[in-house]
Amino acid sequence: MTMTRTPGILPRILDYSARADPYPLYAELRRTPVALQEDGSYVISTYRELTALLHDPHLSSDIRNLAHPLPGAGREDNPAFLNLDPPEHDRMRRMAMRHFGPPHTPGLVDGMRPDMTAVVNGLIDGLQGRKQIDVVDDFAYPFPVTVICHLLGVPREDEPRFHQWVEALVDAIDYNPAVDPPERLQKGMQARAELRQYLGGLVEERHSRPGDDILSKLATDDGPDGRMTDEQIISTANLLLIAGHETTVNLITNGVLTLLRHPQMLQRLRNEPGLIIRLVEELLRYEPPVHIIPWRAAYSDITIADTTIPKGSQIMLMLASGSRDPDRFHDPDRFDPDRQDNQHLGFGSGIHLCFGGPLARLEAQIAITEFVRRVDNPRLVADPPPYRRSPILRGPLHLLVEQG
Amino acid sequence: MTSRTEALQTFKREGRIVIVGASLAGLRAAESLRDEGFTGSLTVIGDEKGEPYDRPPLSKQVLTGWVPAEATTLPRRREVDAQWLLGVPASGLDVAAGLVRLADGREVPYDRVLIATGVRARPWPHEAEAALDGVFVVRTREDAAGLRQRLADGPDRVLIIGAGFTGSEIASICRERDIPVTVAELGPGPLVGALGAMIGEIASEMQRAHGVDLRTGVKVTSLEGDEQGRLRRAHLSDGSTVDADVAVVALGGIRNTEWLQGSGLAVGPWGIAADSGCRAMDLNGLITDDVFVAGDVARCPHPVYEYRFISLEHWVNAVEQAEIAAHNMVHLQADRWPHLTIPSFWSIQFGVNIKSVGVPTFADEVVITQGSVAERRFVATYGYQGRVTAAVTFNNAKWLDHYRKLIETAAPFPPPCPTPDQPVDAKPVPVDFPGPMLLAQGATVVVTGHDPDERRVTAARP
Repeated sequence: MTMTRTPGILPRILDYSARADPYPLYAELRRTPVALQEDGSYVISTYRELTALLHDPHLSSDIRNLAHPLPGAGREDNPAFLNLDPPEHDRMRRMAMRHFGPPHTPGLVDGMRPDMTAVVNGLIDGLQGRKQIDVVDDFAYPFPVTVICHLLGVPREDEPRFHQWVEALVDAIDYNPAVDPPERLQKGMQARAELRQYLGGLVEERHSRPGDDILSKLATDDGPDGRMTDEQIISTANLLLIAGHETTVNLITNGVLTLLRHPQMLQRLRNEPGLIIRLVEELLRYEPPVHIIPWRAAYSDITIADTTIPKGSQIMLMLASGSRDPDRFHDPDRFDPDRQDNQHLGFGSGIHLCFGGPLARLEAQIAITEFVRRVDNPRLVADPPPYRRSPILRGPLHLLVEQG
Repeated sequence: MTSRTEALQTFKREGRIVIVGASLAGLRAAESLRDEGFTGSLTVIGDEKGEPYDRPPLSKQVLTGWVPAEATTLPRRREVDAQWLLGVPASGLDVAAGLVRLADGREVPYDRVLIATGVRARPWPHEAEAALDGVFVVRTREDAAGLRQRLADGPDRVLIIGAGFTGSEIASICRERDIPVTVAELGPGPLVGALGAMIGEIASEMQRAHGVDLRTGVKVTSLEGDEQGRLRRAHLSDGSTVDADVAVVALGGIRNTEWLQGSGLAVGPWGIAADSGCRAMDLNGLITDDVFVAGDVARCPHPVYEYRFISLEHWVNAVEQAEIAAHNMVHLQADRWPHLTIPSFWSIQFGVNIKSVGVPTFADEVVITQGSVAERRFVATYGYQGRVTAAVTFNNAKWLDHYRKLIETAAPFPPPCPTPDQPVDAKPVPVDFPGPMLLAQGATVVVTGHDPDERRVTAARP
């Protein structure tokens, strides 16, 4: 029997004090692979159970299948595919993928390589002559934002506006009425409405004056699945903008931080640039940008690890814990880019496998490669650095580094 | 060190391993042997000239012209440092003397041998008709290159004889290239031999919706040529004729085991019997120590399927068995691995990605568990006496891992709990495989009993 009530561990993980190093708590959590919480929800923390659930068709991403509504927002009228089940999920994701990846658009991401390298080098040029830099604000944030704006067709100069909305939205994802001020939820809802309105304006423009961006292509699509409604385009753009914005920044920052903590690996990467491919995979395992899938719903009873999770239950998936599971990864707390068979959960798995994974990989590969190649003698100013509030999208708020 | 360990170390250092068969299983076994630390002499024997190549593209991307036939060479995972004896088939195995005989009279001695001679296409049974210009089988890359050229020339009509996976894939490509195509199938529908009547019906609709002239329940009785020896027409058992200038004979394969007659091994039409560790069995049912089998020619017992011997013509199976065989060839009994993976395969036809886990022929009922048949995206789950034994997906492959687990854990059939994307009709129906006379055409999985000579299912000979 692997199910017990384990009050205490999850709240400690979610508490800000655990943000710099949640891994020992994950290890504690893994002693109970399927842990029933006080509120009746279940927390899954071991690799085998996580992968089984991620591939289990009984696991729903539709909020309507939860027996008890989430404390935060209700269901949107037109959720993006992240919060949909088949067949709607498959159709929406397929329509979005048509303009982003294979088989219909196979060369898009790789074709952006020269432009992305130029953006990164422009940012590094701007760091010249400064003794101290903030890897987040000066580098890891502006780069993916520029890329996602370009891809979607969102004006880069609007960033200060939508940045606030995105921040407020992300802040409301894990709203807990027991401990969080209600303003956080209100701000999130307000931001959601404003961001939707902003994106709606862009979509409208694209109908009449389409460009070469994803918004335009969605707005004028004539593919086999038909065309998304404007509301659906807004939801999709909303999802891609937030995901393309709030995750890669963590991956790049975590990469720089991890290399500064492993100087011999940093040196090796300088001499051996081809190592970056595996190094980024290991980062996705060792310090992933997304730690938790905060909720899924049991569409019907699910039996896992000798536990039956009743229909309607809320299920939390601790992906970052699974990627550190010693039953799956040898010496899991060691950062080892030479690791073989590195099937991490950094991008999740199953039908909701990260849509932008190929882009995030390439962004991290380019950013970390150029940083290591060009920044002279980087040194951590504070370790650990200050972290962002979210336990879900976990990463440093700032990463101060001295150079030269 | 015990003497056994010492002997093994000596063997790994300076022993002689011969691999008969230079296709996917042979190559992967050679690479795995080197991965496993075998540094002795390695010889690979193959009847085809040229480097090992990949076969799945031959009925797919090669025929569309997207990939040239010569570009199918298998990627090498590592140096294998082997002696390659290519272009000469093996003609005999002397287990007592430890020798492989080649058709040109040479003898190759071994300490351990791996048999991976695979399958060849079942030819059109009338030799003169088979020799007509325009009559093809598709097994080798020369076959595929020839057919690709003929399709590019724009034939008036292609006749496909046999609607198993190969035949159906080729029919699909003809339609993609807007070539008129007739498919003649002895069974009640395409893919029926491998996947049963329900999928057969869906596959029939798919073919017809794509403009295939599908004729089921008929046999092609003869092929007729003109004075120049070019194919002109085919005669069918229902008395009709089909005018076609190209015919593709897709009647399944014949396992390349004739060379082993007289070897004393348990050789039969469904392959060479072996244990789940790929060690060959002799005619008395005794496991041999130094003869191993992998790939399409192997038939091994599987615990999930009541320990019945199973032969699989699947790409993944060839790779995995090669690795298991290689490992076991250089390990002592206590460290040997069984091959217990649940079988899987894929096919692409008429815009649908078909994938399968388990053994669909090992089933009595089938039910649609997810998706929509009308939209050609669904999961069909197969059950045998109340447990899940296989699943087939049409454009829904991401759920296969879940169904693999259901098979491994003998989960109840029909699956009791509904999922999102519920099908309109979720009632199990009999799986309904055609009788043995028809099965040989499309079957890529054959479940047989223990008797190596047993031929419970017989090949349909036109």
